[in-house]
Amino acid sequence: MRNAAPLLAVHDLHVDFDTPAGPVAAVSGVSFEIEPNETVALVGESGSGKSVTALAMMRLLGRGATLRGQITCDGRDITGLTEKQMRSVRGRAMTMIFQDPMSSLDPLYSVGNQLVETVRLHNRMSRARAVERATELLDQVGIADPRGRLRAYPHQLSGGQRQRVMIALALACSPRLLIADEPTTALDVTIEAQILELIRGLQREYRMSLLLVTHDMAVVAEMADRVVVMYAGQVVESGAAEQILRQPQHPYTTALFQCIPTPVTDRSAALTAIPGAVPSPHELPPGCRFHPRCAVAFDRCVTGQVPLFPLDGGARHSRCWLSGDAASGRADRTVVTSASVPGPARRRR
Amino acid sequence: MNTPATTTQPRVPVPGGREPLLAVTDLVKHYPITKGLLRRTVASVRAVDGVSFTVGRGETVGLVGESGCGKSTVAKMVTRLVQPTSGSVRFAGTELTGLRARELREFRRRFHIVFQDPYSSLDPRLRIVESVGEPLVAHRIATGAAKRRRVCELMELVGLSPAHIDRYPHQFSGGQAQRIGIARALATGPDLVVCDEAVSSLDVSIQAQVLNLLKKLQRELGLSYLFIAHDLNVVRYLSDRVFVMYLGRIVEVGPAAGIMQRPAHPYTDALIGSVATPTSSGGFRRSRVVARGEVPSPSRPPPGCRFHPRCPEAFDLCRVQQPPAYRLTGDRLSACHLRAGEAEGVRDG
Repeated sequence: MRNAAPLLAVHDLHVDFDTPAGPVAAVSGVSFEIEPNETVALVGESGSGKSVTALAMMRLLGRGATLRGQITCDGRDITGLTEKQMRSVRGRAMTMIFQDPMSSLDPLYSVGNQLVETVRLHNRMSRARAVERATELLDQVGIADPRGRLRAYPHQLSGGQRQRVMIALALACSPRLLIADEPTTALDVTIEAQILELIRGLQREYRMSLLLVTHDMAVVAEMADRVVVMYAGQVVESGAAEQILRQPQHPYTTALFQCIPTPVTDRSAALTAIPGAVPSPHELPPGCRFHPRCAVAFDRCVTGQVPLFPLDGGARHSRCWLSGDAASGRADRTVVTSASVPGPARRRR
Repeated sequence: MNTPATTTQPRVPVPGGREPLLAVTDLVKHYPITKGLLRRTVASVRAVDGVSFTVGRGETVGLVGESGCGKSTVAKMVTRLVQPTSGSVRFAGTELTGLRARELREFRRRFHIVFQDPYSSLDPRLRIVESVGEPLVAHRIATGAAKRRRVCELMELVGLSPAHIDRYPHQFSGGQAQRIGIARALATGPDLVVCDEAVSSLDVSIQAQVLNLLKKLQRELGLSYLFIAHDLNVVRYLSDRVFVMYLGRIVEVGPAAGIMQRPAHPYTDALIGSVATPTSSGGFRRSRVVARGEVPSPSRPPPGCRFHPRCPEAFDLCRVQQPPAYRLTGDRLSACHLRAGEAEGVRDG
């Protein structure tokens, strides 16, 4: 099924940040691929490294960040490209939209000004033709009266309209991959539904791949073909969205689903919460990074690094000894209690 | 743990014991829009436009709606952080709106508010013992060693270590900081806690912990909550009754379970349709986009029913006549003309 060359491949990506307290690892050994026309969701809570991974793909991390590993786009490794070379990759090969559109739009220029400039930066065309194209883009993202709205300034638009303008900017040079970092998190639910529908429609029309960076399982369920779940800088589980939503393999993914209230959650019972908090990158626990919060941790989880076990013939992966044991038939386990967990493990209840 | 919240403070007997703890009637907040040198009022933003509800003792009332619906303004008027334009707020049988600062002071210890961003409500330069203990000093309940003892009790109550009371806010994670915000709100032993999007910025695993904590505190202390949020599933889980707001008015009222299963207002329907719900296959699905367009500006609310420009079921009457709150079976109220036929009456006011 997945024999076509991936549009984009991230291989063993590491990102370290310099801090006054020494370098910290924000991303440790992340690998995944995005096929043409595919939607991949990069899922995780704050501190999982999902946004840093996305920024690294766009080479937008800036000074103070050290990047190792490969990011290949259409077969070309972009990690070694100069800033000048990267400019031809950004926009044309891949582009990115963010949670807060106001921080990406220039408040001093009209929407039309910014769109026309972007269109002409990437395509050789006359100003008049670029204005036509800008109007067409605004129309495509569902802005009413596109010609009139060209004269509007960002502050005159609502949050939903600003995100539509951001999407128009992103489409200006027909990218092959759209990276959307929490694109609807700041929007109200009725507007979120509209924007997601818009992105889905444009993805088909422009034949784009989509990397959706999100914490919201509902957005994942609605949009994703494949899911990559991150925790504390590592991929803990990946596979087809349907399978992961129906039958998560990693205890973190399972626990994450259980703690979200749904319309059928028993109101008289306590929610299944994950104890503790995501570890700081300064004090990552030894062994499995999730073990101090894991309800089913045992002796092996506390010490050695856990590999990413391939399951279902490599169609999905899980970074948990239990998944590996189930695949190989191994069964020696000694359950650990909170008292025997060494190191910075947090209080468990 | 059975530590009552009021170990250091005798509770004043409540007059009018059969009245609900909080009764809000016809609450209105208009913010003037001024223009020119003389600051003439040319229009007003009708943030809250005639809202009535009650909160019983030990009850949790949920207030849902999208941004701009006025839910936070209601929270601020109830806690008297904002003076209402008109209307009545009765707390434990006493009218709060006409009270002078000194008279109001007595009541301030009996209700508190918890905001969305825990860090912005804690002074970064103050140790936790000072921040949490501040209301104790302000209300002359405890100082010095007694204050430290009470803060330790409060820390334990919210699941934090009393050993950490000399730390600063930045030394705590977001979830822990919100627990500290809750501890501070509980310091004076209030009857009512207003939670304004108190769990909205937390990661889902932490959000579940804080929701469980809120339920536990209610059981142990007999608290009433006015729980304001935009996440319907979270509101349903925590609340006994739910009020849905749209553009400054309440459009539907009902028991938490019923309102989600059988919404009686097209706006509630749209809200529920925009939130993804779990399916039998284990995933989540969201129904189609149900509300067109965006929320109009509260300075120019549409005539008739305020939802009619976005409503898929709007008809002629909706465009001209504002619907009253129809009383339906099962303790439901719906401000929708479509419900006139099945209504048992109309709520006055």
